Amino acid sequence: MSPSLLEVDALRITAAGGKLVAVDGISFHVEAGEILAVVGESGSGKTATGRAVIGLLPPGLTCSGGAVRFKGEDLLTVSADRLRDLRGAAIGMVFQEPMVSLNPALTIGAQMEEGMALHTSLSKAEIRAACIAMLKRVQIRDPEQCLTAYPHEFSGGMRQRIMLASVMMLKPALLIADEPTTALDTLSQREILDLMVGLARHEGTAVLLITHNLGLVARYADRAIVMQRGRIVEQGGARALLSSPREAYTKALVDALPRRVPRTGSRPERASPVLEARGLQVHYQGRQRLFRRTPAVKAVDGVDLALYPGETVALVGGSGSGKTTLGRAMLRLVQPTGGQLFFRGKEVTQHRDEDYRRFRLSCQIVFQDPYSSLDPRQRIGSIVMEPLRHEPGLSPQQRRERVLKTFDDVGLPGFEERFPHQLSGGQRQRVAIARAIVRHPALVVADEPVSALDMTVQKQILTLFRKLQQERGFACLFVSHDLAAVEEIADRVVVMQHGKLVEEGDRDSIFDAPAHPYTQALLEAAPRLESVS
Amino acid sequence: MPRIRLRANALIGSILVGATLLLAAASIVWTPRNPLAVALRQRLKPPSAEFWLGTDEVGRDVFSRIMTGAGTSVMVAGLAVLAAVLLGSLLGLVAGFLRGWVDRVLMGINDALLAFPGILLALGLMAVIGASQWGIILALGLAYAPTVARVVRGAVLSIREREFVEASRSIGNSEGYTMWRHVMPNTASPLIVLATSMFGWAILAESALSFLGLGVPPPAPTWGNMLAAARPYMESAIWLSLAPGLCIALTLLGVNLLGDALRDRLDPRSAER
Repeated sequence: MSPSLLEVDALRITAAGGKLVAVDGISFHVEAGEILAVVGESGSGKTATGRAVIGLLPPGLTCSGGAVRFKGEDLLTVSADRLRDLRGAAIGMVFQEPMVSLNPALTIGAQMEEGMALHTSLSKAEIRAACIAMLKRVQIRDPEQCLTAYPHEFSGGMRQRIMLASVMMLKPALLIADEPTTALDTLSQREILDLMVGLARHEGTAVLLITHNLGLVARYADRAIVMQRGRIVEQGGARALLSSPREAYTKALVDALPRRVPRTGSRPERASPVLEARGLQVHYQGRQRLFRRTPAVKAVDGVDLALYPGETVALVGGSGSGKTTLGRAMLRLVQPTGGQLFFRGKEVTQHRDEDYRRFRLSCQIVFQDPYSSLDPRQRIGSIVMEPLRHEPGLSPQQRRERVLKTFDDVGLPGFEERFPHQLSGGQRQRVAIARAIVRHPALVVADEPVSALDMTVQKQILTLFRKLQQERGFACLFVSHDLAAVEEIADRVVVMQHGKLVEEGDRDSIFDAPAHPYTQALLEAAPRLESVS
Repeated sequence: MPRIRLRANALIGSILVGATLLLAAASIVWTPRNPLAVALRQRLKPPSAEFWLGTDEVGRDVFSRIMTGAGTSVMVAGLAVLAAVLLGSLLGLVAGFLRGWVDRVLMGINDALLAFPGILLALGLMAVIGASQWGIILALGLAYAPTVARVVRGAVLSIREREFVEASRSIGNSEGYTMWRHVMPNTASPLIVLATSMFGWAILAESALSFLGLGVPPPAPTWGNMLAAARPYMESAIWLSLAPGLCIALTLLGVNLLGDALRDRLDPRSAER
């Protein structure tokens, strides 16, 4: 048998002079032209592994043992010059954050040509032609103009295509893709990965796909490695691994994938809506340029939406569809510029009167990023206690009991004295949920509450949310681009595109028989496990 | 290792600042000699057992004058910084939180004031207010307030975009409460660092103004006017300039070390886990 393209042998990566082990003696191999997924949660060492292969470990981490053989050559011992020759030409890398991985001061053309000029002996005109051909292949419209444009003129998805184009142009034998689509919405994710895998298959490039998303593994990878705390837990064919996992951790990961379960309990009856929007609009004025105004942005453009007690409505859409703005506008955290809002039948669109006050106090929000939604200077006990300031008739003792009870309910008993920075992402999101529910609200808007979290943590938070909702009966507007999570938690789904609702219906009817083309595209793009089994 | 160095810095800073404060406090009840008593026979004596730091050009005891001067300098600088922080934070908070035309007007005035070097501004103000202890506090306070306003406004602008500010609104807190409870405390770190270095500048500026004859009027001693008076005797009586000069330098060093340590201590994220 001929040697593999890449052989990693007992690789060990340590930090802080060997005291902390990031990767603990892992071995695997990548054959030419195959797609190997490395799956794991944050802190599993998957990113460090990918970086070690290309010799770009972040400062502080060092390879302290083992070998990384690329075509028989040990990359850990070759000279820096040889490594530089290999980087780009033989091993390419696509990073996670397209917003920061392109140099904002250089044109796209300059950045694409850089690699070609370094590793090939083509003339300027030939390089240019190659760039244009490559941009066409990643479906960039008007590639000539793209070459003279700067990164800020493109969206995240477009930038990631450009990154992919400039990496694949050199026809590397191995491509390392580190969470290449985590920062993108589902539609762009699908497009980019289809392109990447298509190109790789066509050029015979092997891909090391580093990801936390098992759905992607199912769809794209030939083989997969599951990593946990720096060790390989399980490896094997991607499909076999997912459909019949052997190890407990892999099972837990697979179980953490959201899936549809039949709704238990009686459906809340449709008495009268808690909150209703009629023709709601949020238009942002265009920017004042030197002599003209740019056209107004219609973030929310005439939305009718009613939320009934106890139900979970998922608001779904790609980035830029206006779903986050709608979520904020429903709570008047963003002032609507048109239309009406009714809370329990009373209009609360404009004024700051008693009705508005009641509305404000009984509708709460959980934000996407648990790292910025908690005041770093407050202990979490005081964060959760704060909403009770506006609850009349509670003694300090009662407040304290209420807070302690809420901490119990969200699964953080005895955490009141900690500061947010002492908690993990999932724990912080629990605090944010506690803050939202401590006053027994009628409605909670959850703005992408799990998209910043690891898969198993996502699962826990969704379960918690469901449980709290059943216990306390609040309605929930669940804003998300992650259809898998929506499928698990929603009773009803509304789909939003360009500021308008394009489809609305029960969860099952939307997922089983989507009517609008945009909904179909979203569903089609969602990575799901069902495709395996 | 960094933590140990931090502790050492904090310790040295506290010792230096503590010594200055101790000198200042002690001077209220006791000095070795009367700092204002002129004794022409004893003029320009070098340091000795009798006069620990020698005597000046009219025979006053330098050590006693250093002690009294410490009190004046510390008080002037401390109150000036306090005035600047209060006024500047208020302006910066209001401008940063309200934005819009309030911000533009306040920051327009602020930028106009910032365009003058602080010491020049203080000089001009001193000329109007008149040379006195309170005049110098007011002048330095006004001269430093625009810098504080800038820093606080910048911090507020970045903090107000964080989601916890929106979260505070969403639970029904008023704008004023949100500003007071969530925005202001988070401006503390940059503000403390600025305030400590400003304390240093203020000691220096008070010395400079006194040196120019616009500070605390003689015969009351300050480190600055002692330095000024010592200038003609640099060659014959070096201790006259060395004593107040070293005092200023060491106090500044202490203040800066303490400021850094304080910042790290006050930020809960850098506190020990």
